[in-house]
Amino acid sequence: MANLASTFVGIKSPNPFWLASAPPTDKEYNVRRAFEAGWGGVVWKTLGSEGPPVVNVNGPRYGVVYGADRRVLGINNIELITDRPLEVNLREIKSVKRDYPDRALVISLMVPCDEDSWKDILKRIEDTGADGVELNFGCPHGMAERGMGSAVGQVPEYIEMVTRWVKKYSRMPCIVKLTPNITDIRRPAEAAKRGGADAVSLINTINSITSVNLDTFAPEPTIDGKGTHGGYCGPAVKPIALNMVAEIARSRETAGIPISGIGGVTTWRDAAEFMALGAGNVQVCTAAMTYGFKIVQEMISGLSQYMDEKGMTSTAELVGRAVPNVTDWQYLNLNYVTKAVIDQDACIKCGRCYAACEDTSHQAITMSADRTFSVKEEECVACNLCLDVCPVEGCITMRELAVGELDQRTGRKVATYANWTTHPNNPAAQAAE
Amino acid sequence: MTNSQLTPGVAAGRLGAEDYARNFADIAPRFAPHEARVAADRCYFCHDAPCITACPTSIDIPLFIRQIATGTPEAAARTIFSQNILGGMCARVCPTETLCEGACVRETAEGKPVEIGRLQRYATDTLMEAPSHPFARAAATGKRVAVVGAGPAGLAAAHRLAMKGHDVTIYDARPKAGGLNEYGIASYKAAGGFAQAEVDWLMQIGGIVVEHGKALGRDLTLEGLRAGFDAVFLGMGLAGVNALRAEGEDKDGVANAVDFIAELRQASDLSRLPIGRDVVVIGGGMTAVDAAVQSRLLGAENVTIVYRRGKARMGASEHEQDHATQSGVRIIHNAAPVAVHGNGAVREIEFAYTQDTPEGLKLTSETFRLRADQVFKAIGQTLKGAPDGLAIEGGKIAVTGPGRTSLPGVWAGGDCAAGGEDLTVTAVAEGRDAAEDIHAALVGTGG
Ligand SMILES: Cc1cc2nc3c(=O)[nH]c(=O)nc-3n(C[C@H](O)[C@H](O)[C@H](O)COP(=O)(O)OP(=O)(O)OC[C@H]3O[C@@H](n4cnc5c(N)ncnc54)[C@H](O)[C@@H]3O)c2cc1C
Ligand SMILES: Cc1cc2nc3c(=O)[nH]c(=O)nc-3n(C[C@H](O)[C@H](O)[C@H](O)COP(=O)(O)O)c2cc1C
Ligand code: SF4
Repeated sequence: MANLASTFVGIKSPNPFWLASAPPTDKEYNVRRAFEAGWGGVVWKTLGSEGPPVVNVNGPRYGVVYGADRRVLGINNIELITDRPLEVNLREIKSVKRDYPDRALVISLMVPCDEDSWKDILKRIEDTGADGVELNFGCPHGMAERGMGSAVGQVPEYIEMVTRWVKKYSRMPCIVKLTPNITDIRRPAEAAKRGGADAVSLINTINSITSVNLDTFAPEPTIDGKGTHGGYCGPAVKPIALNMVAEIARSRETAGIPISGIGGVTTWRDAAEFMALGAGNVQVCTAAMTYGFKIVQEMISGLSQYMDEKGMTSTAELVGRAVPNVTDWQYLNLNYVTKAVIDQDACIKCGRCYAACEDTSHQAITMSADRTFSVKEEECVACNLCLDVCPVEGCITMRELAVGELDQRTGRKVATYANWTTHPNNPAAQAAE
Repeated sequence: MTNSQLTPGVAAGRLGAEDYARNFADIAPRFAPHEARVAADRCYFCHDAPCITACPTSIDIPLFIRQIATGTPEAAARTIFSQNILGGMCARVCPTETLCEGACVRETAEGKPVEIGRLQRYATDTLMEAPSHPFARAAATGKRVAVVGAGPAGLAAAHRLAMKGHDVTIYDARPKAGGLNEYGIASYKAAGGFAQAEVDWLMQIGGIVVEHGKALGRDLTLEGLRAGFDAVFLGMGLAGVNALRAEGEDKDGVANAVDFIAELRQASDLSRLPIGRDVVVIGGGMTAVDAAVQSRLLGAENVTIVYRRGKARMGASEHEQDHATQSGVRIIHNAAPVAVHGNGAVREIEFAYTQDTPEGLKLTSETFRLRADQVFKAIGQTLKGAPDGLAIEGGKIAVTGPGRTSLPGVWAGGDCAAGGEDLTVTAVAEGRDAAEDIHAALVGTGG
């Protein structure tokens, strides 16, 4: 079996699956059970400053988006940071870490944006035995109204400033957790790097309204007739998170900074995808909140099996493997030509490919009286939509045309690699000539 | 009562009260809302969907399923009823395995079709519980149409005609409307008095009068109807039954399956309905299966269906045959009755094995006997009392296009008319289409 042991910014854990800072990590009881279930590490639920803790709403905190059969696709929340006293959390962190020295235990922090507040909290956590800190610059609701969370994470200068304070007053590894509620994720990542961060983690939740109650005309979750925007997470946010992770991994300014991948990780496969795009490990929240801690067992067995099949002996061999293949549109090979092929034996004759192509694409599929669907190569632009909507896996495939083969649509032979930068239709390319 | 399944002869009360209740309960109850959502989510929303083609009434199935999936079963029901006003009954009785569900691409893909019939029931039940009727009548045309027979064909025609603004009078020989929905369909398919509830619901459209106990040929003549109305629709079903032509057929205990079923459907207390300990049903269609299964459910110990040809030729679908065998009915193929034995009442029935030869079915010399306290004949219904002057084709009223008979101003549909399978849904389709044609003829808009 592949060895899943992971070292992230010097923090060791038996596997790369950590629980993200959120309700699953809000107390000793949960975290002990998570470790018993097999989680490699946790980022403790975000701690605030000393003093009276924050209060949460006492009505519903979550909104949900369902797929078929009430499968949870996304959750949004209006929860704040921990609402338990600081001393209680610190005492519990210490006790858990003492009993589970082999697991990663990172403390998430969010305090007001002044040097003394950060200096003070860092001192308070010093003797817990925790392995590192994560700076929560992401929470998009509630705390942001008070100048914390994403209010900091949206201003690169603040990120850099706070990160510097943390590095100044603490020797612990410092992970900066980024908010996706920003136009270009590379700017806050660069700021974190300038401030001396050891790693970034992303994404925190996405600002959202999950649904509107059409009887009461209020967003959900609804508190006494009103609702507010909350943070969206779960499988629905994974594509957004993957892109942001990849952007940081391939940007010249931030390449090489360790990344903890977060956002919709639900299965071993999701985790492997984040890692291939450059994440050194992953953090999970919604999947655990939906199915319980036991899911980590599938993640462990699945990733090991995959790595065995690929002949990988350590997670380091997987991390970043896909990064070189993430590029800009302008470098894509415009001479790469494919055509849809329908496997008539596998076809169940639903006609979804036909409806999709005929109504919304390129009229490249014909339908006969006996419901045989065939591709007109002379019309097919290879958009892939037919394959995407076909309910039968593997029924429609894209055939790659060899160099030199005739493309029926253009009437030209397939040529070798060439991209937009040199394409005759590109005014910039012509100007360069 | 002290009777049991082992009581010899024909006896009532073979079972306990709760057994009757359980045996004749709704065989496929309405989906709960979540079940319906899950089932609806399986629909692929096919282009020009094969299920629509397979439905004799061409209900837009993918559309109504999507309407269920998006939380509007009432809208789904309107989609159904606009094509098939008896969509509620069809959802219960259609042999979906050979119709819509048989054509479902998920049947091809994984042998498990979308449960169209049960989804249809979910939608129609929901809307039928609403306080108002979903259709309104068009402005009155002043035209009057006579409908003979208040079965699915007649009811569908009447509703469509009333909707178009015509006044309809339905004449039916029986004391209750519904046709075989009321007197024929297996109890557990239309439990809870659904047939009458559906008739009442359908009548809410207004403009339809039903005259019961009025039989064409006995109380009415076609000439009279043609003279008194602007158009006539015949939906009289098949009121006759075929004879067995076996020696001793007239002995006590030998009855028509349809009469036994009608009696069962009308019984207010099933524990008082006598049934034999040994029952033999002769035939291979839906009626044979229903008579046999319901005999078992009434407490008969041994029930056997004997069919003269092979399994593949049976009129009852595979699903229905399985239902029979799972209910404890034994099916014997390739045997035909030759004699009914007994002293006054039937005691045994004798069969000869048959051979399907190119020259037709031949009896072999090999025979066997089955014990029988009751024998039910389910070897087909026939047209009875068709008015003179109508062209007949293959024993049914000849029609062209949407139910036009050989006489001007007279249309026919359902079991009594030639063409189409003898199914509730087919009767509805034919009644509806004839109504549209009658309407076109009456208001003179082409057709
Ligand atoms: C036992 C049995 C079980 C069946 N099960 C199913 C099933 O599960 N699914 C399915 O799809 N189909 C089933 N069928 C078939 C289905 O019931 C018929 O195809 C359908 O009822 C035909 O409708 P109809 O309106 O043409 O005739 P009917 O339903 O037979 O209605 C004819 C009406 O006309 C009246 N009538 C007859 N003669 C006269 C007259 N001379 N004057 C006035 N009124 C008259 C009758 O009283 C009756 O009300 C079954 C049939 C039988 C016998
Ligand atoms: C109810 C809830 C509370 C959360 N609280 C915090 C928090 O206190 N601190 C933090 O950094 N992130 C918090 N998050 C964000 C998660 O740690 C994580 O970044 C996000 O949910 C995306 O991961 P997922 O798709 O696996 O859930 C919270 C998420 C949820 C659902
Ligand atoms: S009427 Fe019958 S065949 Fe048509 S969709 Fe409904 S259940 Fe299927």
